[in-house]
Amino acid sequence: MRTEFRLSGSGGQGLLLAGIVLAEAAIIEDKNAVQTQSYGPEARGGASKAEVVISDTDIDYPKATDPDFLLALTAEAYKSYGPCMGKGLIIVDSSVPLSDDIKARTVSVPILKTASDDLGKKVVANIVALGVLGGISGVVSLPTMELAVKNRVPKGTEDLNLSALRKGFELAKSAKI
Amino acid sequence: MPNAKLMQGNEACTLGALAAGLDFYAGYPITPSTEIAELCAEELPKIGGKFIQMEDEIGSIAAIIGASLTGRKTMTATSGPGFSLMQENIGYAGITEVPIVIINVQRVGPSTGQPTSLAQGDVMQARWGTHGDHPVVVLAPGNVKECFELTVKAFNIAEDLRVPVIVLTDEVIGHMREKVVLPEPGSLKISKRKAPTNPAGYKPYEADLDGGVPLMAAFGQGYRYHVTGLFHDETGFPSNKSDVTDRMLRRLMRKVEKAEPQMRDYFEESAHDCEILVVAFGSSAMSSLSAVRQARAQGIKAGLFRPKTIWPFPEETLRAYAAKAKRVIVPEMNLGQIALEVERVIRNGAPVERLGKVNGELFKPEEILSVIMGGKQ
Repeated sequence: MRTEFRLSGSGGQGLLLAGIVLAEAAIIEDKNAVQTQSYGPEARGGASKAEVVISDTDIDYPKATDPDFLLALTAEAYKSYGPCMGKGLIIVDSSVPLSDDIKARTVSVPILKTASDDLGKKVVANIVALGVLGGISGVVSLPTMELAVKNRVPKGTEDLNLSALRKGFELAKSAKI
Repeated sequence: MPNAKLMQGNEACTLGALAAGLDFYAGYPITPSTEIAELCAEELPKIGGKFIQMEDEIGSIAAIIGASLTGRKTMTATSGPGFSLMQENIGYAGITEVPIVIINVQRVGPSTGQPTSLAQGDVMQARWGTHGDHPVVVLAPGNVKECFELTVKAFNIAEDLRVPVIVLTDEVIGHMREKVVLPEPGSLKISKRKAPTNPAGYKPYEADLDGGVPLMAAFGQGYRYHVTGLFHDETGFPSNKSDVTDRMLRRLMRKVEKAEPQMRDYFEESAHDCEILVVAFGSSAMSSLSAVRQARAQGIKAGLFRPKTIWPFPEETLRAYAAKAKRVIVPEMNLGQIALEVERVIRNGAPVERLGKVNGELFKPEEILSVIMGGKQ
């Protein structure tokens, strides 16, 4: 089975890293994974998009065609990628006002607020988002995701990032889909 | 799976180069190739190698040619604008028979173009960018694992034939991350240029009887000889004689032509009995493969031929696969370059349909599928 993720927001939010960790978690569970990205010339700001395709079988085409999950952390990302969502679910940050023109199934989750208020660090919003994606999609288990996060994040930040990941999984459980 | 790792194409090229014995890198960073320079800067000092960031791409290729003459295995990496600047010295490496490897991670051109977006517009430049007939080999990986494998192969060909070898990737192949299991280091065949055994009577440009490639002495090892971009005789000194020029240029070209069957490398799927043959390389071949599989699932006899050696072009193999085809479709991220070669190779066969795209976004499989199914572009 092929599962497609599109992670979108603004440059500097760490969505590329979240995509890499998601793909690495899938590999730990012996699945195939491909991660691609598109970005502007800016290192910060600007629209940023990372995609992850996870499959039990060979992946020929590396990009998302009809994403199963769209994560949108900014209003710009929601408006850019929301309209082309078909069968999949949109997971949007609760700070983003929803639009009636975007018809796909949508769940609003307080990702940025959880990172800044509950964890005290808005830089871990990407890992909270990763937990939400992992929890809602069920594509990889929490223990695997924890291992993948530990392998990737800078030394000394493991505890903070693991808390962020678990918070994300909790948010996924309480999300009204 | 043991040792499975999520790896980026640019990273795999660098690891392939290191596995092949790279010990000197000079370059000028440019998107989307920069990760190669970064990783070389990290890894080369650990193994006693050298990394130099040069003032520009002209200096970069000059430095790797010089270093190669001292016996080093050398490489640079760039993208379109830098590749353009390197052209003159590609010819120099060709006529002086200095082994070098250049990785060109293609982006949208011409000129500064679109630095962060995908294109495959350097196919003809890679073959004919420098002036005059000249020997060159161009390899095109179609996934991350092949970035590793074909960079190893590029070094081996450069060493065996004493030619510049270009690894032609693109923004998608270079930046995408894929699950890869690399071969065990000991399992790789690694070539090293053949060296003379005695400085006395050494003729640096005398074709070796075995293979026609002159033996290469490393500067600093007691051999004293002349290297020039002018046509030269077997001693390495310039010659204006027409017979020397003719003989030398034909020998340079024949080195590569003769080795084509051994170098030839390609991938095919469902091509043996296909009625609609898709010919694509690099990232467009990923979209093509998906389209071919979807067409097959609908009972359409489609197949994919993906050359990995694109110069010299594997014409014999393509001709065989195209023999029964009623249609040949060539999707590429340019407005028709590899298609020209396909048209030349199968000129009396099925009509060739060019499918060019230049907006910087990889083909969606359905764009190719709809052409396979008879839709117009």
